[in-house]
Amino acid sequence: MVKRPARRSRWSRAFLYVFLTFMALVWLVPVVSAIYAAFRPYAETQKYGIFSLPKALTLQNFKDAWTQGNMTHTFRNTMFIVIPSIVLILFFSSTMAFAVSRFSWRFNVALLLLFTAGNLLPAQVIFQPLFQMFKATPWPDLLSDTDTGSLLGTKIAVIIVHVAFQTGFCTFVLSNYMKTIPKELGEAALVDGASVSRQFFQIIMPLCRPVLAALATLEFTWLYNDFFWAVVLLNQGDERPITSSIANLGGQFFSNDNLIAAASMIVAMPTLIVYLALQRQFIGGLTLGANKG
Amino acid sequence: MEAEITAPVETAAVPPVGRRRRRRYSQLSRGDKITLWLMAGIPTLVHVVFVWVPAFMTISLSFTKWDGLKLGSWQLIGFRNYWAIFTVFDGKFFPALFNNVLLLVFLSLCSIVGVLFAYLLDKNIRGSAIYQSIFYMPVVLSLAIVGFIWKSVMYSPRQGLFNVVLGRTEQGNQIDWVGNAEKIFEFHIPGLDTPLGLTKNFAAILIAMAWRHIGYVMVLYLAGLKSVDPAMREAAAIDGCNEWQAFRRVIFPVMKPINVVVFVITVIEALRAFDIIFALKSPPGTKVLGVLVRDNLVGEGGGQVGLGSAYGVVLLLLCLGFIIWYLFNNYREVET
Repeated sequence: MVKRPARRSRWSRAFLYVFLTFMALVWLVPVVSAIYAAFRPYAETQKYGIFSLPKALTLQNFKDAWTQGNMTHTFRNTMFIVIPSIVLILFFSSTMAFAVSRFSWRFNVALLLLFTAGNLLPAQVIFQPLFQMFKATPWPDLLSDTDTGSLLGTKIAVIIVHVAFQTGFCTFVLSNYMKTIPKELGEAALVDGASVSRQFFQIIMPLCRPVLAALATLEFTWLYNDFFWAVVLLNQGDERPITSSIANLGGQFFSNDNLIAAASMIVAMPTLIVYLALQRQFIGGLTLGANKG
Repeated sequence: MEAEITAPVETAAVPPVGRRRRRRYSQLSRGDKITLWLMAGIPTLVHVVFVWVPAFMTISLSFTKWDGLKLGSWQLIGFRNYWAIFTVFDGKFFPALFNNVLLLVFLSLCSIVGVLFAYLLDKNIRGSAIYQSIFYMPVVLSLAIVGFIWKSVMYSPRQGLFNVVLGRTEQGNQIDWVGNAEKIFEFHIPGLDTPLGLTKNFAAILIAMAWRHIGYVMVLYLAGLKSVDPAMREAAAIDGCNEWQAFRRVIFPVMKPINVVVFVITVIEALRAFDIIFALKSPPGTKVLGVLVRDNLVGEGGGQVGLGSAYGVVLLLLCLGFIIWYLFNNYREVET
């Protein structure tokens, strides 16, 4: 009588491990086969299929993907978009979160609502007016790789959109975090005659370092992965980021699957490395947001 | 100045919340007030100008006819764009809308699977971190990359994994997973010329999306489960709850904030889907609203700003309901 539940639970536990391991293996299949395909010549997998044992392993696909996708250039573009965006997003959202959470006045909740709602709007809904706004804003071609004479097609346009969109999410996370810092800390500084900006830079910001790290990791992958804005705002220019460079690979009628797999792996590499190296921050940032955002 | 700064000590004794807040703000010096206004004002301005103003402009543009070339050359035409969407272009609009609906239903099912994974991984599993990393890995890839990976190694007609497993790699009997717009099921709605249904290639895209969505939900849910007080589970066990009852009656209600987040993420993802379909060059039968908006604005046959904006507004209205519901839920927590 007493034994039965124990035995049953042992069986169910074994079943649990089998199930999870099986699912984990299934989950790995696309990435592992993409890596495997990327290392093999196209002619060979065409002939023997993707399951066959390799006759030759080669880096040629990676080399071709890199040169055909112009990845030295597009990767540089991505970095010139992503890094300034993250710095601006984190700066703006910290100041905003600081102001609304530490010195709450009437607009506090209203502003947070505005930001969160804006953050959830589908990008497709706002892009046409943005497109027109950027097109109508003159911008010297000297400062960008385009010849439109306007902000359209420049990295700056994409940076602006990212900042406007992502600041909402980060403000939400940061203000939730800042609320947990005791008010007395700020009050003590005020009594000592510290200005608001000093309180921000010297007291609050250092305490927010873990959250900022988490948000930076999360934003890096989101912005790096951005495809929509890259396609609609940078389509014609020389300023394309790396995500859209895969779309250029291969011809209209012929596509080398192994080449695409190699290109996908190259493009995925930075985010995978960031994820594996900073997993804790990454998931921390995501769940911080999930608590309220 | 001096007197103002000491004020908090007095009010701290009996703080009527509203008044105390206001006074604290008014204690600040002029310079500090300006700093605070700038701190909150500049980000708000950027957000409003580049998110909300365009949203309202889209609404206005949806009542116009405009080729998008010259500012000011638009003509007001009232609701004609909406009329066109629901009648002339119904053959495009309703299948796309239906694809969004299918996506929503399917991703909701995936969310349940994600919750199940989270629940199982929360059971003191040895190597739980490894399982987590594996299930979560697709989430760090962009949906466009997910599309490329699945298209090139899973769905490729000649050498793709599915066809290899099914033995359908020969010319002639190959299955073209991404190109096949045949319907798995379809039905007619009276008044609509085009039947609605699920095309085979859209189903293929759904499966690729599931790969990513399940891990996302799993991580969100797992974090929530970790914060559930173990005493509650024990209490449930002592009261003789079986596992399903404990989940249904104890854990699920406690997880309400996370449930809301998961639900909203699912809905929003389903409504704004774009990347994966566009990355696969939006094959016939896989159009969703997000792709239609874009097609009318820039793609081939683009330059129909009014019509594209009207599609956008329909999408906006669909999202807005959920956004408001979400904020309403959130708002109550922010208040407390």
